[in-house]
Amino acid sequence: MDTPKSFQEIIMRLQAYWSENGCAILQPYDMEVGAGTFHPATTLRALGPKPWAAAYVQPSRRPTDGRYGENPNRLQHYYQYQVLIKPSPPNLQDLYLGSLAVIGIDAKLHDIRFVEDDWESPTLGAWGLGWEVWCDGMEVSQFTYFQQVGGHDCRPVSGELTYGLERLAMYVLGIDHVMDMPFNDPSAPTAMKYSDVFKQTEEEYARWNFDVANTDVLLRHFEEAEIECEHILSQAHIDPKMAKKIIMVHPAYDQCIKASHVFNLLDARGVISVTERQAYIGRVRALAKKCADAFVQTAAGTA
Amino acid sequence: MADLLIELFSEEIPARLQSSAADNLQKLMTNGMVEAGLTYASAAAFHTPRRLTLTVEGLLDASPTVFEERKGPKVDAPEQAIQGFLRGTGLSMDDLEIRDDKKGRVYFAKITKPGRPATEIVSEVLEAIICNFPWPKSMRWGSGSLRWVRPLHSILCLLTSESECEVVAVEIDGIVAGNTTRGHRFMAPDAFIVKSFDDYEAKLKRANVILRAQERSDLIWQDATNQAFALGLEVVADPSLLNEVSGLVEWPVVLLGQIDDEFLGLPSEVLKTSMKEHQKFFSVSNPKSGNIECFVTVANIETVDKGVTILQGNQKVLSARLADAKFFWENDLREAKAGMVGWQASLENVTFHNKLGSQAERIQRITILARELAISVAADPDMVEAAARIVKADLSSDMVYEFPELQGRMGRYYAIEAGMCMDIAIACEEHYSPLGPSDDVPSAPVSIAVALADKLDTLTSFWAINEKPTGSKDPFALRRAALGVIRLILENDLTLPLLSVLGRANKGAGAEDLLVFFQDRMKGYLRDRGIRYDVIDACTAMPGNDDLTLLIKRANALQQVLATDDGENLIQGFKRANNILNQAEAKDGVEYSYGADIKFSESNIEKDLFTALDSAEAKIKATMATQDFTTAMAAMATLRGPIDAFFEAVKINSDSELIRRNRLNLLSRVKKTCLAVADLTKLEG
Repeated sequence: MDTPKSFQEIIMRLQAYWSENGCAILQPYDMEVGAGTFHPATTLRALGPKPWAAAYVQPSRRPTDGRYGENPNRLQHYYQYQVLIKPSPPNLQDLYLGSLAVIGIDAKLHDIRFVEDDWESPTLGAWGLGWEVWCDGMEVSQFTYFQQVGGHDCRPVSGELTYGLERLAMYVLGIDHVMDMPFNDPSAPTAMKYSDVFKQTEEEYARWNFDVANTDVLLRHFEEAEIECEHILSQAHIDPKMAKKIIMVHPAYDQCIKASHVFNLLDARGVISVTERQAYIGRVRALAKKCADAFVQTAAGTA
Repeated sequence: MADLLIELFSEEIPARLQSSAADNLQKLMTNGMVEAGLTYASAAAFHTPRRLTLTVEGLLDASPTVFEERKGPKVDAPEQAIQGFLRGTGLSMDDLEIRDDKKGRVYFAKITKPGRPATEIVSEVLEAIICNFPWPKSMRWGSGSLRWVRPLHSILCLLTSESECEVVAVEIDGIVAGNTTRGHRFMAPDAFIVKSFDDYEAKLKRANVILRAQERSDLIWQDATNQAFALGLEVVADPSLLNEVSGLVEWPVVLLGQIDDEFLGLPSEVLKTSMKEHQKFFSVSNPKSGNIECFVTVANIETVDKGVTILQGNQKVLSARLADAKFFWENDLREAKAGMVGWQASLENVTFHNKLGSQAERIQRITILARELAISVAADPDMVEAAARIVKADLSSDMVYEFPELQGRMGRYYAIEAGMCMDIAIACEEHYSPLGPSDDVPSAPVSIAVALADKLDTLTSFWAINEKPTGSKDPFALRRAALGVIRLILENDLTLPLLSVLGRANKGAGAEDLLVFFQDRMKGYLRDRGIRYDVIDACTAMPGNDDLTLLIKRANALQQVLATDDGENLIQGFKRANNILNQAEAKDGVEYSYGADIKFSESNIEKDLFTALDSAEAKIKATMATQDFTTAMAAMATLRGPIDAFFEAVKINSDSELIRRNRLNLLSRVKKTCLAVADLTKLEG
């Protein structure tokens, strides 16, 4: 396989590969999230007995990681590539290695390793066992067999793959600073680099995240999201207008995602003390758990 | 006789779990087989990242047939009892024998347990072990219900004898045992058939898998040191890292690379920690300068380009990591040079414990206490106070945030940058010590004062909020802190009465209760140094027992004298005197504690005891004043002869009441003298 030339080519090759291997190629979730796992196509669909196979790019935001676009490896906004297959197929490791091959990582020339890393998301009440995958000493993916989500045992177990796209692409393309990475084909009439797309936004968001975001407003947003989530889930399962069962899990889960992101923003503003931190995480987890409880009562979450 | 080979082939097993899993496989499998009557000559277990392997040699082909005789109820016993016996033995009435017993005619059952073939037993035991394997953390996968550390892919289970090689029938959660395995994931991924353990190990090696962990780590170490040696360098030994790395590879390939020049100015601790924690690299140092200049990484594959691509990649990752570290270091240096005020201030926002306030408040308490302790450790109070204020400042630094294990180490560097004197800088690093029982104890006065204050504050604070260790639970490591205080005091020979110190550290701590906790730790500490527990009790019962240095001096002196003939006999003499005295006092209802007079002595032997006591008492008094317990005990031991002679020749219960009383009062003098150093009544034997 020839080496890809740009960031987007790597993404497109992954899309094509997982499409060929039976995944539904979904689009990013339209809300701010910290990682691809938060997409309901992972969090909620990992629950219940129904088979599922999906892959998608998810823009992810980690306000505390912002470095004004100056650090070669750190961004407050970056992309993850996420694959979730339920039940995890027996050849998932081989499938994964196949995906590295299509983006130009030759397993006979590189040192690919599965290094223990037990994954846990305290905000989602989720954990799994697996590895971080190393290529020549660099972590290129997270590989997890989900055991629990939202406090529910996963039966069957989903296999989750998460690729940090910028880092992986920089490695494949031989780029030292993320901002120097070709976004599209360097021979295109309008060749664009990562910096052309994201340098300015990194600066803007870093400034806002660290110094400007109105913490009173954020605190209020957090509380409102929490209240709305509980409000949605407290509704009777039968919709009086349509006279049928409609449990509004996804709208409720949106509020959970919102609370989680607002918490991350508050954290970046440095207004959350160590002790409060745990309490906030616990509040988001409580919402995630309620959403999971509701999802397993819906058609998508049952046999 | 047969040989058994088992391989459990899975996705990558965490390095830290492999060795105990192999041990467990061997232990459970051999125990299970022996319990079923299948004995063996030898067994060994092996592990790689993807397999657990067990080989058993000299296994019986079948378990032996067992004959058992069981005595049953009497012939005329109730029907129910007889039926129960039949059920229990699985026999029918006709199989039973009747024999005459002392109590009458009794049923006997002769039970024959036929032997079972090894394949049957192996299959049964292995299935049970796989289904209940003691992984510390295990998982399910796919739609299955089996739990394993990571998905289990195949089972190889072979019984080989001279004539044949048989696959043992095992099936678990859809995995059927066979006679094949696979080689290296990338270099030789195809399946192949194996016939015996020797065949297995040899074919694995051809398929780029070294089965034995020891062989892998020897190879890594040898190759790493050779490569370093060729460059005039030395690999920094790190056995735990070597162990871990050999659990991450089946085919180790050692690659040595250089650290970019721009990072060589970082403290060696930072380089070492960053490379080890993030990349699992060994550090390679220049023996002339002691600086870390290169690294060793261990790949799991041989490549056509001899690892050039892999090394380049690793170097790049390292540079990115070290760029972070350098960024932290430079930021931190700026703050350090500015006097660390910002760091100290930000500790106000760091909660130490929600009932005990912030780190800044804790530092304030430690500072006050450390200053008070300064005199006792012969340190300058002002310097101690200055040190206590900044020893924890590095907790706010970027570097310690990234590498918490560098706390203190970084503090030392930063204190120097901040222009503090060396004593203070050293205290930054040393005030956490000693952490474990074998850790070095600081001996610099400033370090001692702050280390003591740090630990005493921890202990008294948690005591005050009633967070004491219970059973095996000690979340705040209070036992370690107490042992640290004990070692700081004893190994520096400090005079520091704990009771008042504890009270000063925190009035609400319940100093008496905490002192008992200290004494328990102290007992453990002394026991580990070979001091008898009754000696410890005898010394703890004396006044001033919160002065640990005093306590250990007493204990050493007593233990020493007990090891001598005189000492041991003296104790016997003392006990005899004490018993007689106690009985007499109980009987007479008075205390014979004063007024023994030599003029009522009837014999020279009795007079000798008086003189011996006079001289011993004088010596003991003099030596006790300087806490020279050894000399005091030696003086006491000289009483052994006169006391023995006295008991031999003199009858206490004289017909004359006056003389009897005088002798009892004399015994009281013996007792008092003997109790000067330790409470000998607590001694055993």
